[in-house]
Amino acid sequence: MKKRLSAACLGALILFFVWFLAARFVGIPVVPSPFAVMEKVGDIFFSAIAVHIAYSLGRILAGLLLAVVVGLPLGVLMGWSPTADRLLAPIVYLTYPVPKIALLPIVMLLFGLGETSKMILLFLILVFQIVIAVRDSIRAIPAEVFYPLASLGAPFRVILSEVLLPASLPKFMTAIRVAMATAISVLFFTETFGTQYGMGYFIMDAWLRVSYLEMYAGIVVLSAMGLILFGTLDLAERWLCRWQERG
Amino acid sequence: MIRVSGLTAFYDTADGGRLTALSDVSLDVPRGGTCAVIGPSGCGKSTLLRILAGVEKRFEGEISFAGAPVDPKRHTIGLIPQNYGLLPWKTVRENIRLSWRVKHSDVPAPPEESEMLARLGLEETLLSRFPRELSGGQQQRASLARAFLLQPDVLLMDEPFSALDAITREEMQEVFFDLWRAHKVTTVFVTHYVEEALYLGQTIVVLSSAPGRVASVMENPLFACREDSEEITVQKTRIRALLRGMGEGAAI
Repeated sequence: MKKRLSAACLGALILFFVWFLAARFVGIPVVPSPFAVMEKVGDIFFSAIAVHIAYSLGRILAGLLLAVVVGLPLGVLMGWSPTADRLLAPIVYLTYPVPKIALLPIVMLLFGLGETSKMILLFLILVFQIVIAVRDSIRAIPAEVFYPLASLGAPFRVILSEVLLPASLPKFMTAIRVAMATAISVLFFTETFGTQYGMGYFIMDAWLRVSYLEMYAGIVVLSAMGLILFGTLDLAERWLCRWQERG
Repeated sequence: MIRVSGLTAFYDTADGGRLTALSDVSLDVPRGGTCAVIGPSGCGKSTLLRILAGVEKRFEGEISFAGAPVDPKRHTIGLIPQNYGLLPWKTVRENIRLSWRVKHSDVPAPPEESEMLARLGLEETLLSRFPRELSGGQQQRASLARAFLLQPDVLLMDEPFSALDAITREEMQEVFFDLWRAHKVTTVFVTHYVEEALYLGQTIVVLSSAPGRVASVMENPLFACREDSEEITVQKTRIRALLRGMGEGAAI
């Protein structure tokens, strides 16, 4: 853990240094020095940026929650029942490869420009990954794993909580992590429509106001938010799946 | 106690056909007795065990425990599969308690748990670990503790000691034997080791291969006898001859 942390710090330091050199040699306002940007972040974080972070994180959490609430039972159903899988798999495979951003116009026409359509778009990005991950991990459980519980006449609720859910947890977490990157980029895009809150709005607004320092401050904060989000997911996975062998 | 009569079972092949796994198998195990099922690979030993466990329901014929048809909800069936059946995401203690909780949701931990764990040498440090952090012998101890704490009507073991090295295997056979003597649980186990069948089986059922039929049922006078004797050699030779007559893959 300590090793990983120091490696991450070194990475950040190198990035910072390259940025510093670039700002120094280019010398135009479009590439400000990292020190000026950091100072700006310190100045306006609580007064101007925090509320946008709250909105963005709130949208991510809402979309994630909805995706888990729908995706987890659907994945379990498809993994457990071959009939349900035969029925639902074609629908999933048909819609899974469509870039969800392409659905943005439709979602906005149907659900308006407000919060609902943002949440639904995030939901659409996350839910397929979750369904497929959960279904595949449940299908991969060897039949023998169920025998001792089945021979005790264990009801489905016990099988679900003791076998199906824990067995699918590692892939479930990975799926969320993978989909989260796409989700954040798409969120950024949707936040340029029909809202005055969110990191996407903040950055685009700063750009339009030609306030490059604020724009960079927004980008730095957005990447820090991503880092913290992934770090949290990582830690959660490590703790929840600590029974697993680590390579 | 366990009565199997005219048991025939099938399994589906990949091309949609149906193969007979077991054909007209009958056997009786008295209450508190042990029965070893031995046979070459692919003779349907594991299928037989799954049917006895109530997990596999596609069969013809009759199976009853103490006069009632086998039913996982009514009977308490302890099953130890080949890989010990410990769930990798639960600690050893949670694994041991899980089976108990399925049957007795109102009592959090089985009575005599600490005595049993001490008897099997499962210390606190082992109980809080995950199964992959245990050796094969330790996992086997945990699964034996789990099964015996259930106080099952029937104990079923699928090649319980096969995956262990020779020394640990003998040690675990002793551990099982002690537990069985203390609790007198009616036990059916599948093995491909002739020595194991002779040491732990009061009755030995020899299955022939594909489909499995009962080639011979013998009462075993050498039950619980470790020392080498002429009689053991005679019995071993006899079982091996029966097994060799039935196909490749039999234990030597």
